[in-house]
Amino acid sequence: MSLATLDAATLYGLMGAVLVGIGLYGIVLHDVFIRRLLAFNLLGGGVFILFGVIARRGAGAGFPGDPVPQALVITGVVVAFCATALAITLIERLAAKDEASDGDDHS
Amino acid sequence: MLGLALDLLIAALVIGVALWTVRTRDDFAAIVGFVAYGLLLTLAWARLAAYDVALTEAAIGGGVTGVILLRASIRLKPVATARKPIGARILVGLLCAAISAALAAVVLLPMTPAPSLAIEVRTHLASTGLGNPIAGVLMAYRALDTFLETVVVLLALFGVWSLTPDAAWGGRPAMAVPAAAFGPLPLFGRLLIPVGIVIGVYIVWVGADAPGGKFQGATILAAMWILAMMAGLTQAPSIGRWRLRLLLAAGPIVFLAIGLAGIPLAGAFLAYPEALAKPLILLIEVALTLSIAATLGLLVAGPPDVTPGVEP
Repeated sequence: MSLATLDAATLYGLMGAVLVGIGLYGIVLHDVFIRRLLAFNLLGGGVFILFGVIARRGAGAGFPGDPVPQALVITGVVVAFCATALAITLIERLAAKDEASDGDDHS
Repeated sequence: MLGLALDLLIAALVIGVALWTVRTRDDFAAIVGFVAYGLLLTLAWARLAAYDVALTEAAIGGGVTGVILLRASIRLKPVATARKPIGARILVGLLCAAISAALAAVVLLPMTPAPSLAIEVRTHLASTGLGNPIAGVLMAYRALDTFLETVVVLLALFGVWSLTPDAAWGGRPAMAVPAAAFGPLPLFGRLLIPVGIVIGVYIVWVGADAPGGKFQGATILAAMWILAMMAGLTQAPSIGRWRLRLLLAAGPIVFLAIGLAGIPLAGAFLAYPEALAKPLILLIEVALTLSIAATLGLLVAGPPDVTPGVEP
């Protein structure tokens, strides 16, 4: 093992590491669901970028990056979107329910 | 050197926008920050020479996720919350920084040689009839992942629909922006949608040999549909229609049927007979494109909120 050369892959790898930390911080410290969801997606973006760095370093056989992790990230981005869409709908439904029960309290 | 300066600038912008998204007090500002984050990440992906991923991130991470977040920002009332005590913030910050530092260490001390399956992908790519290695991985080597992914997309829509209020079950989502009828949105839709459909179909088609593919193309097609619904040019369909449900399930069904046919014909689930690999992959991609575009559009539209038979 030796220290990585400072190239684009290393730089974006460090960026991905920082993004994971920022996202985790937001997940732990936010009370509002939508903000937690945003922070969760920030973290996810960082994890995906780390995959991209592994792919870039695995460049070979005439490809600019290892296609296997890249394909996994494409799958991951789509699944993350689906989970986000479901979570947003849950949050909206919860808010509508809270609003309805608040209305009952005042009547 | 200039390249590295550009990378440094992009990385600084991404981190800056991420910090803003977490730190701002305003929920709407955080959503706008997140959309900017998705678009900036696209640049990072392009700089990592992962153009297929860059397209996906632009279309999904920055695009449709942004639309669905804006939908939430309209429906959710802002909640006032107090900041956490400074001690808690410092403690959590330190622990998160430790995790970042550990990941940074992994980045700075890589394995040599770097693990890679690029050579295996290159060796077998010709047998799939595809020129884009990522399409090869998605449709042949890791077809099971892709199949399960299409099922997950559909399951997410089931989840969203299951949150429908009782009265609206079987109805359709209300998508049109009320003031849109005479504004610039319908005009914008009429100009952009034909172009967008051509670009979406092109990206699906070209994905066999160049960056692109069904997820990216289907997302663009879904975006055009969403635009048409928001501009009031068309209505979201009632979720009870069986033709709609067939369209949503067509992709996974075709994929599964061809996958099962692979057991007697090619000796394994989701294996293709070599002579027919390219046409079969194309057939799956066309069916998946239609299903994914419809499913993504309906995910953004959300659960039905118009009671069937009652027009607003």
